[in-house]
Amino acid sequence: MSAPAQSPSILTDRADVGLTLDTDLARGILEGFIANELNKVGFERAVIALSGGIDSALVCAIAANALGPDNVLAIMMPYRTSNPASRADAEDLVSRIGVRSKVVEITEMVNPYLESRPEASNVRRGNVMARMRMIVVYDNSAEFGGLVIGTSNKTEILLGYGTLFGDLASAVNPIGDLYKTQVRQMARAIDIPSQIIEKPPSADLWEGQSDEEDLGISYEDVDRILYLIFDERYQAQELIDAGFSDATIEKVYQMVRRNQFKRRPPIIAKISDRTIEREFRYPRDWGF
Amino acid sequence: MRDFRIGLAQIAPKLGDVEANLEKHLDYIDRARAAGCDLVAFPELSLTGYFLRDLVHEVGVNPSSGVLDPLLEKSHDITVIFGFVHHTPAHTFKSAAAYVEDGRILHIHHKVYLVTYGLFDEGRYLAPGDSVRPVDGKFGRQSLLICEDLWHPTTAAIAALDGADVIYGISCSPGRGISGGENELGSISTWHDINRLYAQLFTAYQVYCHRVGYEDGVNFPGGSEVVGPEGDVLARGSSDREELVVADLTDAALRRARIKVPLRRDENLELTMRELQRIHEEQYG
Repeated sequence: MSAPAQSPSILTDRADVGLTLDTDLARGILEGFIANELNKVGFERAVIALSGGIDSALVCAIAANALGPDNVLAIMMPYRTSNPASRADAEDLVSRIGVRSKVVEITEMVNPYLESRPEASNVRRGNVMARMRMIVVYDNSAEFGGLVIGTSNKTEILLGYGTLFGDLASAVNPIGDLYKTQVRQMARAIDIPSQIIEKPPSADLWEGQSDEEDLGISYEDVDRILYLIFDERYQAQELIDAGFSDATIEKVYQMVRRNQFKRRPPIIAKISDRTIEREFRYPRDWGF
Repeated sequence: MRDFRIGLAQIAPKLGDVEANLEKHLDYIDRARAAGCDLVAFPELSLTGYFLRDLVHEVGVNPSSGVLDPLLEKSHDITVIFGFVHHTPAHTFKSAAAYVEDGRILHIHHKVYLVTYGLFDEGRYLAPGDSVRPVDGKFGRQSLLICEDLWHPTTAAIAALDGADVIYGISCSPGRGISGGENELGSISTWHDINRLYAQLFTAYQVYCHRVGYEDGVNFPGGSEVVGPEGDVLARGSSDREELVVADLTDAALRRARIKVPLRRDENLELTMRELQRIHEEQYG
């Protein structure tokens, strides 16, 4: 069976409709998720790495609603080169929603190592910082008696735009099934300051870094492509036939494919009749 | 049965890469031809690899799409059995074994018993086949079965009752069960037991074509073999190497086996049918 190719505008419209959230409904589910996942394992408190960006701001606000602001500890962890505006945005958010907070500068922790690796690329340096923040957040979670709440969104996870055992590390992740553009819808709906919503997204691992420049595509465009291919199961060729850029589709698809390892636990060599995660597959909730 | 030489292509397919695997098929077909083989068999899902999960929908092949043409072209010189994901016109996906001869597909068997227990998830991704039919190729009557099909002796029994002189089991069997101090993994030694048992009980050639290599941390331990109708292992592959395993199948060996132990002659199909009918009525009537 063949049909005339659909024009890009029809597919774009379809994606935009599909990506539109009922934010009230989603918010209720996410608040319930955080409360349920923490409470059933005996926790009432949460720890969140707050960067000043939209993802961690949204997670912080949802967690504050779910657990009460006093049960949420937001940790700001600037490095020497971090954008001061990020810190200001983070502190503004903390004061608005009333969560607990602390600032832990990571410069003096990270520098002794980086000084021994002067040749390290920006990506390596950024990974070291992300993993240092993970250490700080996890240690604070033990001290505070809370679980670490993740802030990686679906777009980042699919594209592999995150540091394994760094910012990708968490106990529970409320926004891992929300694309970046859906995170924006949620942020608007729960009154995250527009300054945080409107500024260009950045991992802020080096001065002037921009997500969209790193990725070579805007979040709006990449979310449409991801949604059509992975949620609606369009074939890449159908998108190309409809006028989407061949090179862009190929690039996005290959990024998702090549980063599959980041979405899976480390591979275990099979030897026995009952291997963890293969035949040994109890639900996570089994433990509680 | 006509005498013929078989080559078992004990390969390690690349998971999800139909193009690369097709190239490897063409290479092994050439090698088998060079080794004087009349037929070359590949393992289960040889064109795609095994633990496909959601890739099933990307690697499924419509046999009339042209993708298989290079392979069909080579079958003028040598018969080919291979495994692939059959993307049907109704957009279901089935684990399939194809028998290709003289440039065309003579027969496709769809895996009847999908494995959905232990480490297996086939029933989530694939639709089951609903028939066990023989193929009358140039060497005689043969039967294609896929892996778990053979763990249900009824499928092999149907093949034998139907007169198949050669029963092929193409397989992807994850290596497991290292306890017991045997030199062989439990999973593969069970296969060798099955092959020998079926060959003797059905007085047929039992051909087991397995694979090697790793997928997502799981090892496939080779051990492909051809077992003669008296349970004699004519050739067996290594546990860890890609290779062509070659054996000669003769009608004379079938003759000797069936004279010594005429199980086929004595098979009572009427009785079997009667009792199966009764069981069916009692269970489903």
